[in-house]
Amino acid sequence: MSAKVYEIPAVYIAGAACSGCTVSLINTINPSVQNLLVDPVIPGKHISLRFHATIMAGQGEPVMKVLRDTAKEKPGEFVLIIDGGIPTGENGLFCTLGEIGGKEVTMMEMSADLAEKCLAVLAVGTCASYGGIPSGEPNPTQVKPVSDFLKGQGIDKPVVNIPGCPPHPDWIVGTIADILLNGLPTPDKLDEVLRPKAFFGQLIHDNCPRRAYFDAGQFARHTSEPGCLYEIGCKGPYTYADCPTRHWNNGVSWCVGAGAQCIGCVEPDFHDMLAPMFQKIGEPDLDRFKIKTR
Amino acid sequence: MATTVKIDPLTRIEGHMKIEATVDGGEVKDARCAGTLFRGFEIVLKGRDPRDAQRITQRVCGVCPTVHGTAATLNLDSAFGIANKVPDNGRIMRNLILGANYLQSHILHFYHLTALDYVDVTSVADYSGDDPELNSVKDFITRGELAPFAPRYEGDYRFDKVTNQQLVKHYLMALDMRRIAHEMLTLFGGKMPHNAAVVPGGVTEQPTVDKITGFLWRLNRIRHFIDGIYIPDVIKVAKTYPDYFQIGDGPGNFLCYGVFDLDGRSSDYAKRDRLFNQGAVKGLSKLEALDPGKITESVKHSWYEDDDPRRPLEQVTKPAAHKKEGYSWIRSPRYGGEVYEVGPLARWVVSYLSGNKKVKETLEGCISDLGIKIDDLNSVLGRHAARALDTKVVADTMAEWLLELKPGEPVCAAYEIPEESEGMGLVDGPRGALGHWIRIRDRRIDKYQLVVPTTWNGGPKDEKGQYGPMEQALLGTKVQDPANPFELVRIARSFDPCLACSVHTLNFRGEKIASLRVV
Repeated sequence: MSAKVYEIPAVYIAGAACSGCTVSLINTINPSVQNLLVDPVIPGKHISLRFHATIMAGQGEPVMKVLRDTAKEKPGEFVLIIDGGIPTGENGLFCTLGEIGGKEVTMMEMSADLAEKCLAVLAVGTCASYGGIPSGEPNPTQVKPVSDFLKGQGIDKPVVNIPGCPPHPDWIVGTIADILLNGLPTPDKLDEVLRPKAFFGQLIHDNCPRRAYFDAGQFARHTSEPGCLYEIGCKGPYTYADCPTRHWNNGVSWCVGAGAQCIGCVEPDFHDMLAPMFQKIGEPDLDRFKIKTR
Repeated sequence: MATTVKIDPLTRIEGHMKIEATVDGGEVKDARCAGTLFRGFEIVLKGRDPRDAQRITQRVCGVCPTVHGTAATLNLDSAFGIANKVPDNGRIMRNLILGANYLQSHILHFYHLTALDYVDVTSVADYSGDDPELNSVKDFITRGELAPFAPRYEGDYRFDKVTNQQLVKHYLMALDMRRIAHEMLTLFGGKMPHNAAVVPGGVTEQPTVDKITGFLWRLNRIRHFIDGIYIPDVIKVAKTYPDYFQIGDGPGNFLCYGVFDLDGRSSDYAKRDRLFNQGAVKGLSKLEALDPGKITESVKHSWYEDDDPRRPLEQVTKPAAHKKEGYSWIRSPRYGGEVYEVGPLARWVVSYLSGNKKVKETLEGCISDLGIKIDDLNSVLGRHAARALDTKVVADTMAEWLLELKPGEPVCAAYEIPEESEGMGLVDGPRGALGHWIRIRDRRIDKYQLVVPTTWNGGPKDEKGQYGPMEQALLGTKVQDPANPFELVRIARSFDPCLACSVHTLNFRGEKIASLRVV
C-alpha cells in the first residue's frame, strides 16, 4: 500500500425508502461490501462513505454534523447518494433525518442543501429515480423523484438514476466504478430517463428465455406453468433492464426465472401505470407510458 | 437537575427513528420513541387489485420484506377462501423462503447493526497477523479516514485487543453469510430483496433437485457459522457485558402469532400447527391461547382525534396534529388492553411455556450455559440470545424441510378473486408479530391494514398511561455518561426496530397535518 490513495467523499441519505436498496447493495460480490467500504475500489481511489444511517457507527447530532461539515469542507468534491423519494407534502415534515442544534432537518431541506454543494447526485432505486411505490396514487406525502425535486428548487446538478425495486448491486457498483474511472457519464451514456444504457439499454422481453413461447403463441394461464407470462401480466415487454442475462443474487435466478411475472420495477411508470401487476395491460394504456416501447 | 438526552437519528436500525430520554440523578425518568418517516402504504393500497398487496407490502421494508409477503399471501389466501388448500410443496417453499430471510435478518442485526456498540473496530490498527481481510482494514485505519466507523460513542468498549480483532473478522464473515442467505432464498424466490415467487395459493417456482441441493449446501455453510461463530460470539458479549441481563427489561408480557406452518390443513392461523407457537404470555408465566379479537390500536398519545381503541379493520383515522397529549404518529397496539412485547424473545417465551420440545431443550441448555435465571431473559442480552437461538432452530429445521419437498408435485392452488370478502394474515416475522387485514369490495381493496412488530414495540403511551415496550425498557435505566449514552442505544437496538415497517409514523412536530387523511 505505498501508492497514494485519493479519498472521494460520499454521503448516502434516505428519504421515503425501505432500506431495500441498501440491503441489495450489500449483496454485491465483486467487489464485496468490505472492498467498497475500506479498499480503494478502483486503484488509487477510495470512497470515503461519511454518512449512511444503516451502516455507520455513530448516531445523534454528531452524525448530522458530519453531513453539514462535508458540505462545508468539501464543496464540489463529494458525491451525494439519495435512496428513496423526497416527500414534499406539508413542507417536508413527513420525513426528517435528525436534529442539528435541537432543530429537526427534513429530507427536503437536507437534499437541497447537499445537492447545491455536491459534485453529482446518484439517485439509487426507483423511489429516488421516479417516485416509486410511495408516490403511487394518491401520492399521500407528495413524494417527488430527486431530479424533479432539484429542478423545482432551481438546482442544476448532474443526476444519474439507478432504478430498480431494488436495483441490482452490479448496477449501483458498476455506475460508481464508471464514474471513478471515466468521470461523470456523458449524455450519450444515459437514456432519456437518465439511466445508464449499459444496464438499462435492452428490453427484458428481447432477452427473455421464454421469448420463444411468445413468438410461438404459447401463453401460460397460471404462474408456475411453462409458456410466456404476457397474458397473465408480465411487464417484460415494457421494461428495460438486463435481468434476464445478469440474473440476481450471485446469478442464481430472477423474477421470470422463478416462474413469476416481471412487474417492471425499473420503469418510470412503476407502479401505477404498470398495475395491476398480474393483469395484461390494455393496448390503449400503452400510449400513456413515459417510455415508448420499441 | 433533569437533562434531556436526544438521539436523532438513531442509526444502525431500519429506517428513521428518534429516542428522547429525560435523565435525572443519572436515571431515565421519562422516555419517548418516535419514527420520523411517514409514507402511507395503506392509502396507496386502496382501490388496487388485491393480489398486488403481496408485491406492494414487501416494499414496506427491504430488511424484512419476506414476512410482509408472507403475511400478505396468508391474508389473501384467507380472503380468497384457499387458506387450507395450499399444496405441501407451496407451504414448505414458503417456509424455506421466509426462513432464509430470518437467517439473513438476524445475522445482519447482530453483526452489522448491533456489534459496533460493543466491539472496537479501531483495535485492528494494532493487528499483526496475516489475515488479508484484517490487514486491509488495518490499511484503511492507517490512511486515517475512519468513516463510516467514526464518529461514534467513546468509552465502554470492554473486549481485549485480540477478541476485538477476532470480532471484526466475524463482522466481515457475517457480511458473506447474510449474502449467501439471500442467494439461497433466491433459488426459490427469484430475487432478494422483494421476492417474486410467494403468491396467493402457494409459490410460482418448482422445487427441482439442483435447487434443493444448492439450497442445502448454502444452508450448511450458514449453519456452521451459526454454531461455530454466531452463538459463541453472543455468549462472548454476554460474558463480557453481563450487566446487560439486568438492563432493558420490557413490560414482561409477550405476544407471538407463531410462524412456519407445519400443516396447511387448518384455515385458522391462530390455531394451526407451527414451528413456533401462537400465544400470549402475561408476567413471564401465564400462557393464554392467541385470540386475534383482542388486538386493538389506541391513539391517546398519537396525533389522532381521541377515540376508543379499535380493531384493525375498524380503525377510523382523524388526524389531530395539535393534540396536546400527542407525541407520535405511531399508534399503540394493545392485546386485551395491555402492553405486550413482540420479537424473538416473545417467540421463545411463548413457545417455551407452550411446551414446544425443540424450544424447551435449546432454551434450557442456553440458560444453563450462561448461568442465568429465566427472568434474566427479559433484558438487552435476553433479546440477543433469543435471536441467536431463533437463528439456530430455524436453520436446523430448514434442513429437514428441504428433504420433504416433492419435485414434480403441485406448488400452487387455483383461486378466484371474490366479489366481496375479508381476510386476516397473522405470522411472526424476524422482529415479531405481524398482522395484515383486508376487506375486498368489487374485487378491489377497500381497506388494507397492517399492525407491525415495531408498532407493537415502538408505540407511545396509551389512554391508561401505559408506556410502549421500548419506552418501558428505557425507563429506570442508569446512564453512566449522558454524552455517550451507550445504555440507551443498546436497549433500543436490542429490539431490532424497523421503522419503515411501523408505517403510521411521522415526527414530533407535525403542524399543518390536519388536512391529511392518514389510514
